[in-house]
Amino acid sequence: MKLSFDKSVPGRRGIRPPASDIDSPVAIKPSLLRDRPAELAELSELDVVRHFTALSELNFGVDSGLYPLGSCTMKYNPKICEQVAGLAGFAGLHPLLPQLPGGPNLVRGALAVLHAVDLLLCEICGMAEFTLQPLAGAHGELTGAMIIAAYHADRGNKKKTILIPDSAHGTNPASAAIAGFTVKSIPSDSAGLMDTGALAEAIDDDVAGLMLTCPNTLGLFNPHVTDICRMIHDADGLVYYDGANLNALLGRCRPGDLGFDIVHVNLHKTFATPHGGGGPGAGPVGVVARLVDFLPISVVRMRQDGSYALDYDRPKSIGYVAPFYGSFGIIARAHAYMLMLGRDGLRRAADHAVLNANYVRVRLASHYDLPHKQACMHECVFSATRQLRRGVSAMDIAKGIIDRGMHPPTVYFPLTVAEAMMIEPTETESKEVLDDFVDAMIGLARLAESDPEAFVEMPATTPVTRLDEVRAARRPDLASLAGGPAAKGAAQ
Amino acid sequence: MPFIPHTDEQVAEMLAAIGVADIDELFADIPPELRCDGLRLPAGLSEQQTLAHMAHLAGQNATDLTLFVGGGFYDHYTPAAVEAIVSRSEFYTAYTPYQPEISQGTLQAIYEYQSAMCRLTDMEVANASMYDGGTALYEAVMMALRVTGRNRVIVDEGVSPIYRTMLRSYTTNLGIDLAETPTAGGLADRGRIAAELNDGTAAVVATNPNFFGCLDDLTDLADAAHARGALLIVSAYPISLGLVKTPGAMGADIVTGEGQSLGLPLSFGGPYLGFMTARAEHVRKMPGRICGRTVDANGREGFVLTLQAREQHIRREKATSNICTNQSLCALTSLVYLSLLGKGGLVALAQLCADKAHYAHERLTAIRGVSRRFGGRWFFNEFVLELPTPARVVINRLLEKRIAAGFPLARYYEDMDNCLLLAVTEKRTKEDIDRLAAALEVSL
Repeated sequence: MKLSFDKSVPGRRGIRPPASDIDSPVAIKPSLLRDRPAELAELSELDVVRHFTALSELNFGVDSGLYPLGSCTMKYNPKICEQVAGLAGFAGLHPLLPQLPGGPNLVRGALAVLHAVDLLLCEICGMAEFTLQPLAGAHGELTGAMIIAAYHADRGNKKKTILIPDSAHGTNPASAAIAGFTVKSIPSDSAGLMDTGALAEAIDDDVAGLMLTCPNTLGLFNPHVTDICRMIHDADGLVYYDGANLNALLGRCRPGDLGFDIVHVNLHKTFATPHGGGGPGAGPVGVVARLVDFLPISVVRMRQDGSYALDYDRPKSIGYVAPFYGSFGIIARAHAYMLMLGRDGLRRAADHAVLNANYVRVRLASHYDLPHKQACMHECVFSATRQLRRGVSAMDIAKGIIDRGMHPPTVYFPLTVAEAMMIEPTETESKEVLDDFVDAMIGLARLAESDPEAFVEMPATTPVTRLDEVRAARRPDLASLAGGPAAKGAAQ
Repeated sequence: MPFIPHTDEQVAEMLAAIGVADIDELFADIPPELRCDGLRLPAGLSEQQTLAHMAHLAGQNATDLTLFVGGGFYDHYTPAAVEAIVSRSEFYTAYTPYQPEISQGTLQAIYEYQSAMCRLTDMEVANASMYDGGTALYEAVMMALRVTGRNRVIVDEGVSPIYRTMLRSYTTNLGIDLAETPTAGGLADRGRIAAELNDGTAAVVATNPNFFGCLDDLTDLADAAHARGALLIVSAYPISLGLVKTPGAMGADIVTGEGQSLGLPLSFGGPYLGFMTARAEHVRKMPGRICGRTVDANGREGFVLTLQAREQHIRREKATSNICTNQSLCALTSLVYLSLLGKGGLVALAQLCADKAHYAHERLTAIRGVSRRFGGRWFFNEFVLELPTPARVVINRLLEKRIAAGFPLARYYEDMDNCLLLAVTEKRTKEDIDRLAAALEVSL
């Protein structure tokens, strides 16, 4: 579709700011001003509305259909939560108000939300206290890694190694490295779990901690998880829980009870806030009691009289990871979601997420290779190696699913499974939708046998078909710049 | 139970298909002693009860204040069409565009956003956005270290104190030599910065307008940095760029900023939008998602995420950043906002903010005992008032009249007990400003 800039008509105006009620406009010194206006599109309001409506129609979201993207927990985002975040008392609130004299009283309701979500997450995860500041899951990981560093620095330790299983999300090693740690990867065993023997060998005096996803990215719960935590604790290390897959465990077990010291939660996964086309999310981090002092500044405290205050006096804190209190609009949505589900609803969410994943696992088990045959938790990972022998890859299957009106599973992750297809249906999908998906997957497996060539044309139902990613990387066209062709100079 | 569709019959059918007696059996891998015997939480509420509860909490916040508080986060008006577009669930219920054929809406929007940010800042490339202005600035510093292979960074104290504390927090374990230089007369101190600049310096970090609202031309700072092989990083306030000289025109190498002012609600601190633009030569050192234009197998134009060899899902611990997604919906919001305002609208809006702020300056400094700190400096829509009494006391008195008169700078700067940082946007009317002036006068 044409770019908005290419639809621009010189002189056309969309929204007009109000006429000035000030008599004499200011003339700032010209050398401090730009010499020509930014070449933004010149469109009417209707032009803009139509352009973006047309763009939205090229998209596929959870509201469009099944979105079983493994590890992303693409559950339904309740509409009421959008309304809650948009309440004027939340949306219009300036973040610096609490820092004015008497400020906490100006934002009582907002601090109540932060405090309540802290308590809810503590109970759900078995932690002593949460910071809601991290602005995404990966940002939570970085915050957690900084807490691990601060803990060891406080004890005078010089530990510099973080252990991470090879099935982990790429953000784990990236977050640990950016916090200043050296990353050591631990292989998986034949059952798809972290190899405990290899872990034992890797543990030495330099180990500051372990980052673990539980259930792991294969959707498997490691029954030895408490032993693993103990092994790390015995070496004076900390164990970090990557909460990407917390949806599987809600109300069934709590990371804190398993022995984890630090937890991050993806509110946009487990607690149903929208993924936004790739953000904004939120990644609150919880810790056990001995790590509370290291949490970022500030934290919300409830006073004895029931009023709230922000505590900035935290000498052992890792400092500031976000400008304020976190992605408040996301936190408010998650709060509403947690209130609606309550004690039993949260547990039923996990139950049905696990039920749905196992149903898909069993129904597809004879059509695709299943590297790990045991019951899964909230997601199952298949391999398209059988289909690849006919020339049909996991990516081809994904494109075939697109033509059947659904979003494909995650493909090529985890890295420990060849031709991986990672399916996470979530609890909000009905049996009919799952049956349609399973039938589509079975149909594609059969097509791979009978007519593998057919996949070359897929997807055929979309506005564009497979895109030339090599060209995109070799001849980068990253922006339409005013008065000239796209950005030059980025090519190798 | 909310949002779970199965009937009991369907659950029974599914359990039979799986070959287990009940759902508990699916959790058999969790050792019994580790299982949770019920969360100590209340029962779920209906949608109606939930809304009532949340609306009650929202009602406890002071939203009847006339806001003159800025400090990097501004109370601008958002046109209704912005909300209408970003509320389309094809946008907000999608995820990162891993499957480009069904994500062209998000991808083209990101490409247009990148283009708009380049045009706004006069730079050549942009990423698909970051969490907020502070994390974007930290990422820019890390990027400068990668580009130059050096380890020293000079930060002007005119940069937001909030961002500077974030920078210190993030770099504390990394052995980075972070030198902060005090401002001189409200602007970046050229002499101090020149003295700190050496051949190990990766970047000089400044902002325009700075935290005190003062406008500067940082061209000489870019030249000084470049002469020593260092980069200039500029954090910018995007609405000001309707009028103000661009970081690109000053010679900046990386530009970041907080995009909240571009149609995002203040929302008590987030979600916000960090933007980052740069010179094209540095694009392969950039953090975050980047969208590029290409063609499909049939030669049709389309968009994909590109240059992914920089990123964590490919490079793991060797990635340029740990960032996974961008801040996609917020980037879309800013793009829609800029598209609605357009070329002329942004200029008019920036002029309007400046006019109102200068009117406020004129009215307030006419009050006996009130002056402007850094009085000789040009400003855009924010400035520092010097009061005869501590700013905290005055703010408190004006709050009683439901005016949030500004931010007390003593919180972050020594020797500024009587200083009030005050911002004016297009939402403040002449009457609001007159009311502020009258209230201030009687409160001193």
